[in-house]
Amino acid sequence: MSDKSHDPNQMTGAAMIVRALIDHGVTDIFGYPGGAVLPIYDEIFQQSHIQHILVRHEQGAGHAAEGYARSTGKPGVALVTSGPGATNMVTPLTDALMDSIPLVCISGQVPTHLIGNDAFQECDTVGITRPCTKHNWLVRDVNDLAKVLHEAFYVATSGRPGPVLVDVPKDVQFATGTYHPPRKSDVHRSYAPRLKGDATQIRKAVALLASAKRPVIYSGGGVINSGPEATKLLRELVEVTGFPITSTLMGLGAYPASGKNWLGMLGMHGTYEANMTMHDCDVMLCVGARFDDRITGRVDAFSPGSKKIHIDIDPSSINKNIRVDVPIIGDCGNILGDILQVFKAEAKKPDIKSWWQQIAQWRARNSLYYKKSNDVILPQHAIQSLFEQTRGKDTYITTEVGQHQMWAAQFYGFEEPHRWMTSGGLGTMGYGLPAAVGVQVAHPDSLVIDIAGDASVQMTMQEMSTAVQYELPIKIFILNNQYMGMVRQWQQLLHGNRLSHSYSEALPDFVKLAEAYGAVGLQVHKPADLDGAIKEMISVKRPVLFDCRVAALENCFPMIPSGKAHNEMLLPEQANDEATAKAFAGGKALV
Amino acid sequence: MNQPASAYFIEDRHDPNETHTLAVLVQNEPGVLARVIGLFSGRGYNIESLTVSETEAQKHLSRITIVTTGTPMVIEQIKHQLDRMIPVYRVVDMTLTKRSIERELAMVKVRGQGEHRVEALRLADAFRARVIDATTESFVFEITGNTDKINQFIDLMRPLGLVEVSRTGVAAIGRGPEGM
Repeated sequence: MSDKSHDPNQMTGAAMIVRALIDHGVTDIFGYPGGAVLPIYDEIFQQSHIQHILVRHEQGAGHAAEGYARSTGKPGVALVTSGPGATNMVTPLTDALMDSIPLVCISGQVPTHLIGNDAFQECDTVGITRPCTKHNWLVRDVNDLAKVLHEAFYVATSGRPGPVLVDVPKDVQFATGTYHPPRKSDVHRSYAPRLKGDATQIRKAVALLASAKRPVIYSGGGVINSGPEATKLLRELVEVTGFPITSTLMGLGAYPASGKNWLGMLGMHGTYEANMTMHDCDVMLCVGARFDDRITGRVDAFSPGSKKIHIDIDPSSINKNIRVDVPIIGDCGNILGDILQVFKAEAKKPDIKSWWQQIAQWRARNSLYYKKSNDVILPQHAIQSLFEQTRGKDTYITTEVGQHQMWAAQFYGFEEPHRWMTSGGLGTMGYGLPAAVGVQVAHPDSLVIDIAGDASVQMTMQEMSTAVQYELPIKIFILNNQYMGMVRQWQQLLHGNRLSHSYSEALPDFVKLAEAYGAVGLQVHKPADLDGAIKEMISVKRPVLFDCRVAALENCFPMIPSGKAHNEMLLPEQANDEATAKAFAGGKALV
Repeated sequence: MNQPASAYFIEDRHDPNETHTLAVLVQNEPGVLARVIGLFSGRGYNIESLTVSETEAQKHLSRITIVTTGTPMVIEQIKHQLDRMIPVYRVVDMTLTKRSIERELAMVKVRGQGEHRVEALRLADAFRARVIDATTESFVFEITGNTDKINQFIDLMRPLGLVEVSRTGVAAIGRGPEGM
């Protein structure tokens, strides 16, 4: 230190990491210490710019960073040690890759001279995480570290966002080198995501939109990733054109659920009106979505009569699953702006009154219908009730994965983007609780609720301890049916009702469990007590485990059966045994 | 469509496969080849042939030539997936440019005596293969050409005592004055 103290840019690798985080505006990181990151933890100890949240498992750090990123639009940062620390990050990294979430993970590595020697807590971190990151780096020289860290932030947040990982051997953390602040030349010259849409394609798109008789806008998570401007423009486009709009799971909130042109979510558990509109439309505008298999149903019967416009920042999303007529590559905020400008100047609102009449007929089928009961809480009712009581509040919702997730998407109305954090692409059970931790860290005064299932929530339950330590008043709203509900639903529909290992014969007492963690436990059985209990949950300023006992065998409808098209949905009132068997006919395993 | 009970939509794809040669210009850095190969194995694409070497040492550029097969939609996907990798500069479909030359080099060891030996030499001459090693009972031939020519030569050598073959895989370049 003494002889080089005159140059403030001379520092250890560990100090560079902390410095780079500060230079990129990071205020909170999620991590877990271990042998190979001790020098970095030593630096963290000696500063006060960055708050470190100590999780209970590295997977929790990753999901918390994802929740943080999704609810703020800023990159989430996780810090883990070598070996098991890094392998425990594989799930959140993959999750973030599938859902395009900007995540920067810094992992410790054994000293460079031990790499390849099967050293203690060594693993090939860059090899293991190569397919589950947008890019990753192993830094062997401390003088490369600043450049790599700056590039990592740029790659994570630019173009189609995604997770990155920087693997830093322990000797590089100790070594002294020269730091520099972020600069343009830090980035690969080969990496230049395209942001501006092609003008000719935009004109073609506007011509199609203006001539549409049965249009639909199908938006996705890309609109939310693009930022608030894209959301504003999407809403304006709906207003200017008068078109109906549906959205993927990831895109909920970009257009408000209370908006008059809103059709509800589309896809496997989407609304009847959204899927029928997609199937029968003549012009489809897909904005920042990727024709995922949960959306399309049977691809050769997907929206057969439509011309399709596809806006996406990632060229590899174009024509991957569905062939489109007018692809436009670029940032959807920019392109929506251009489309609006051309549309306003050259086109007028098409007359689609008869299309709306048709849609009204589909809506009248009331595809989200369920039968309330006085004796037992229906899960749909629980979410509606939660929605009613949090309406107008500053609320963020996370979920786990399964039936409760679909019910949340169907019954909780999102008015704004960044309010809905769910694992869409990877479908990671155990995502919601640590994600709620991350969201609450970013928004300490907001109401953060994890809508959970009893099975999912046990996968990362230990993060309740994190919530208690940092006084994060997250609310874990468990729809407890004692089953892995979605697994059971598929077994009922497709595997002859043989419920193989989808029932949890032993569940913890969630109230006692909450108390053991130092949190608050609430339990409700009766529909009459539900509203009061939810009120109590909201009013408690501490973490809460809410054990909501719901109807055990309720299934999630409407549903597109596998191998079927959008216009072959199974509606709730048809979901008796005979109709279900017929809808899934062709399945060899169906008895 | 008769499909087994599944949470996924299982469909039969009937589009015919095409073979394409892709030239990929990449930053020569640790792990770049692993990324490219991992993309192919991870997404279930085929690699028929792969060659890689640094081509511009000063700029740390390497050129990877990949021969792959797939439906037109899959080939388009492969190109986009390659192109979006951070260290990839450019991806050129040499098959689409129609004006590209493809060459491969093979070394072919043949063991035999008498009439077979004479015939092997005669065929090698016809194919413009060079003898780069000889013993009283064997030859090693060096042959360059497109893949078909080399396949043909190897087939001809088989009954004459083919021992082993070492091939470089395909390298490709466009005709005319322009670079890629």
